[in-house]
Parts: sequence; C-alpha cells; structure tokens
Amino acid sequence: MFLNLLPALLLMLALISIVLFLIPDKLLIKYMGEGSGLKGWLIAASLGSVALIPGFIAYPLCGILIKSGVAYTTIAVFITTLMMVGILTLPIEAKFFGWKISIIRNLLSFFGALFIGFLMMVFL
Amino acid sequence: MKHIKKYIFPLTFLAFIGISYIWHFATGEQIGINFWLFFKEMILFLPLMFILIGLFDVWVPREKIEMHIGAESGWKGTGLVILLATLQAGPLYGAFPFTYILWKKGCSIKNIFIYLGAFSTLKIPMMTFEIGFLGLKFSLLRTLISMPVFILIGYLMEWYLKDKHFEVNLP
Repeated sequence: MFLNLLPALLLMLALISIVLFLIPDKLLIKYMGEGSGLKGWLIAASLGSVALIPGFIAYPLCGILIKSGVAYTTIAVFITTLMMVGILTLPIEAKFFGWKISIIRNLLSFFGALFIGFLMMVFL
Repeated sequence: MKHIKKYIFPLTFLAFIGISYIWHFATGEQIGINFWLFFKEMILFLPLMFILIGLFDVWVPREKIEMHIGAESGWKGTGLVILLATLQAGPLYGAFPFTYILWKKGCSIKNIFIYLGAFSTLKIPMMTFEIGFLGLKFSLLRTLISMPVFILIGYLMEWYLKDKHFEVNLP
C-alpha cells in the first residue's frame, strides 16, 4: 500500500515545495491584506486550497499575517481551506474515493470555509 | 520498466535539487529545503498512521464499529468519530488510509466524512499552536463554528451518496 502510494506522494511533495517557493509570505500579505470582504476571502480560500502547509508552520505564518494587518475572518478562511481543501492532494484522495467524490468533498469544503469566514465575521 | 516510469518525475525533481546544491542555485536550494520539510513530516506521520490502521484492523471487531459509529449510531457515533479524529495528528492525506479501515469495518458514510472534517480542522495537538499564535478567542470560535459546518458536509455527502455504490479503495 505504501509503495503503491509513494510515487504519488513524492510528486505531491515536490509540487508543494515548488508552490510554496512561488508563494512567499510577502505575496500572501499583499493579496490577503486587501480586504476582509468576499474578495479577500476568495483570495484566501484559493491560496489555502493550493497550498498545503503543516500546522506547526501554518499557525506561526498566520500569526505573522495577523500582525501584518490581515483580518481574522480572512485568516479563518485561509486556515480552513489550508487544512480541508487540497488541490495538490486530489490525485491521492482520488485513489481512495474516486475523482467524483473527492472533487465534491473539496468543493463542499471550499464553500464551507467561506461560510466559516462569514460566521466568524458575525460573531467576532 | 513500469516501475521506473512511475518515478520519472520524482527522480527528475531530486536530480534538479541535487544539481542546484552543487551549483549553488538559490531557487533550487530553497525548493529543496521546502521538500525536505514536507518529506520529514510524511516520513514521521505516515508509518504511525499505517501502524494505527494495522492495529485497528486486528483489534477492533466489525460489530463494535458498526454499533458505535455505523449507520444506526446517531449523535453519539458522530461524537465518537470527532473525538477519534481530534486525538490524531498529521496531514490530511494521512487520514485517507484510515477512512478505508473505517469504511471496511462498517462506519457510516456520514461519519467517514465527518471524520475527515474533524481530522483536518480540529486537532487537539494543534490547538496549543493555534491558541499561542492566534489567541484563545479566535481558536475557540473557529473550532465551535467549524464543527457544525463539517458535520453538515458529512450529512450532505451521505445524502448524495446513500443510493449510490459508495466504497473506499485501498491503492
């Protein structure tokens, strides 16, 4: 099982390391700092869907983003998609659930994240 | 030959990283550092996950799973799945193999997707990080708001899949 997954896993890890290089912290601040409305959330959700960062790096990064002026609601959307939506992990997810179900789960999670951002705005 | 073909991209990638280090190509070096970081995470968590799956397979009988988190389990079952997921750690792709064993043992569709939701958004080991960097109020609020949202996603997935032939494959 592990050996069957290994090529897909290595491919995913290689792509993530390239994506993370292409999206440095400064760029995240620039795009997510633009507003906390729907536009900011959509940008945060898209970035979070592409990126895949382990929690122990993601939270310090979010701490930096907050200090740089990114809204808390935008951070909530970013964190949620970062963890629940994985475009780069889709090929692996599809090996377990099939493409259709994996895409539906990711889409639902994407909109779920936007909804979480909205609710955070209501309660914060 | 088939096996080598599958590894062409990873091997090309590693060759690129290797050459970058020899020639001190900064872009390649940075990507190499990133790769090593993620690779370490995978090597650390995935074997643990596979051991857990193995133990779960041998020790937990199907009847128990069906009774506690199966189709008839209700809210208590959902609570149990969430508890199970929050105690685990690691990246989301580590949870997929575990859903296979849950499915095999008779866990309900709803609870499988609730497990994935809880695994990704609520992890007790990660809570300390979140509180440390983003504050208690934010962390609690995000947790409380995320829970109903991914439970709803679980219900939606079950509603969509209940009349279809749903199965989790083992690659």
